Amino acid sequence: MNESVVLDKIVKTHGLVKAVDHVSLSIRSGEFFSLLGPSGSGKTTILRLIAGLDHPDQGDIIIQQRVVTLDPPHKRPVNMVFQHYALFPHLSVFENVAFGLHMKKERQTNIQNAVSHMLALVRLQGKEKRLPSQLSGGEQQRVALARALVNRPVVLLLDEPLAALDQQLRQEMQGELKRLQREVEATFICVTHQQDEALMLSDRIAVMQGGKVLQVGTPQEIYDHPVSSIVAQFIGLSNTLSGTIASCEGGVCRVDHEVLSSVLVMCSPHDPPQGAVTVMVRPERVHVSSDMSINGYDNMLSAVVHHVAFSGNEVVYHVRLRDKAIWMARVPIAEAQASSFAIGQPVYVHWRAMEGLVLPAHPASC
Amino acid sequence: MKRTPTTFIVTSLLVMLFLYLPIVFLIGLSFNASTMGVAWKGFTFQWYEKLAMDQAILEATVNSVVIALVSTGLALILGVGTAIALETRQKTQQSWVNLILVLPLVIPEILLGVALLMVFVLCQVHLGFGTVIIGHMVFNLPLTIVIVRARLRKLDPAWADAACDLGATSWDVLTHITLPLLRPAIWGAALLGFTVSLDDFVVTFFVAGPGSTTLPLKVFSMIKTGMTPEINALSAIMVVVSMLCVGLSWFLQQRSTQVSAESSYQ
Repeated sequence: MNESVVLDKIVKTHGLVKAVDHVSLSIRSGEFFSLLGPSGSGKTTILRLIAGLDHPDQGDIIIQQRVVTLDPPHKRPVNMVFQHYALFPHLSVFENVAFGLHMKKERQTNIQNAVSHMLALVRLQGKEKRLPSQLSGGEQQRVALARALVNRPVVLLLDEPLAALDQQLRQEMQGELKRLQREVEATFICVTHQQDEALMLSDRIAVMQGGKVLQVGTPQEIYDHPVSSIVAQFIGLSNTLSGTIASCEGGVCRVDHEVLSSVLVMCSPHDPPQGAVTVMVRPERVHVSSDMSINGYDNMLSAVVHHVAFSGNEVVYHVRLRDKAIWMARVPIAEAQASSFAIGQPVYVHWRAMEGLVLPAHPASC
Repeated sequence: MKRTPTTFIVTSLLVMLFLYLPIVFLIGLSFNASTMGVAWKGFTFQWYEKLAMDQAILEATVNSVVIALVSTGLALILGVGTAIALETRQKTQQSWVNLILVLPLVIPEILLGVALLMVFVLCQVHLGFGTVIIGHMVFNLPLTIVIVRARLRKLDPAWADAACDLGATSWDVLTHITLPLLRPAIWGAALLGFTVSLDDFVVTFFVAGPGSTTLPLKVFSMIKTGMTPEINALSAIMVVVSMLCVGLSWFLQQRSTQVSAESSYQ
């Protein structure tokens, strides 16, 4: 598969802070690629480096087999959708979208056609003469997309594209983004700090922290096989338990904990983990019960219900373990109605060994 | 409000009276038919008519307007450029430049006038239009820079980034994005500068030469030979023109902050 954008050992410092620290990525053409990480993880800096708005201190940027490391933005086949859209407030919707073509000195008739076509694609016909301040948030978002896509970029960069929208609009725009990508056949590189957004939209995700890429993979790979506890926590609100490996046999480890009883967890039989580890269990895998033992579950810990959150189709129980750690359990609404628990009630949490993940303990982060 | 606003209204009215009563009297007297004193002898336009016939006053008016236009225009060109250059610099370099730039606005005007005169005499510059224009630029330039920078700070840097990303060169960014967005501030600065220049007496008094007498200088020289109703009429016109310019300037700057407030809540 041919590469659309390649970053080769990029370093960028802002003052004393290494915003991007030896990042290498190769992004395939036509891919929806997300950079996922908390704020300050360097993901927006990477976007600006690809756009040419900043230049790296070290390393190379290659777009379509051409080294563009020090090229200015207008020499790159790349356009960007800015975080708060950065629509020009003194220009109409039409003029905003036409800006890029206008800068390239395209003929007036070509501009007219291309802009009309693009506004139709983002469903904004009839709003050509409005000013950005007269549009809703969702409409401004569409103008920003149209303004970038009308230049037929090979790569479209999106900086937190949905962050400024409300929940319902956000879901709508997610579908819209996927549809647009199919129609314009460009590579989309998206920066986000919302893991559900990244999981839903992306073909592949790079999880970032502190200017470094922690893991690159498909949403499924990252969700199922996070390489570290940081990635795991970032991708799916996992419950954690730190302990030490007591034994490993036939792909099942026993992990001892200082306070709690030992737990069993599956691991690779070829390369068994050793020493201090973190065991993680996803909230949707945790079963809450008032029974001490249930057939089929390998692990059990006693806990007390700390908080109950109802969210339409499921109930989230926050329970406090004996070591004061808070775990979450997501229970489908039907199940929760059959047996509900009150705050303060002692319960038992159960899960299967195969549903836990064992990862080397990460020192002092999270 | 629980506390009665009557005291508030009364004090406000008193302050307004204190500030504007002399001006109201002045404008009123300019329509007074009496040649001497303040006794009302009936309504007349004759002082305005007489003013329009006075060759010396017309000349002074033309001088004033030309000087105000040229000094404001030059101050705008230099001031907008300086403001943009300063805003793109790092903050650490700005603080002392800020101080130096604003200094002419707070130095007593009479010192400025004397200092300018000394410089001109030392350099053997012939006093006239040129020196008055330079003198007015000394306060017009900082004024422009202060107003334009206030607006520049409200511009989102992402607009320039977006323009660059869409293929704009730095010249394109200046002409298509920065200057259009600065337009209200530029007009505001121009009107304010024009007014200040039109009304300036002290600096002009020191650096004007023969043939460059401005309206305020003319009024002053007329007063020396006694207060006439013509002066009232002339002053009334100057007051009205100044107020209109300053009002318009304020309105434009007010609107420009509104526009940027709206767009920053996108």
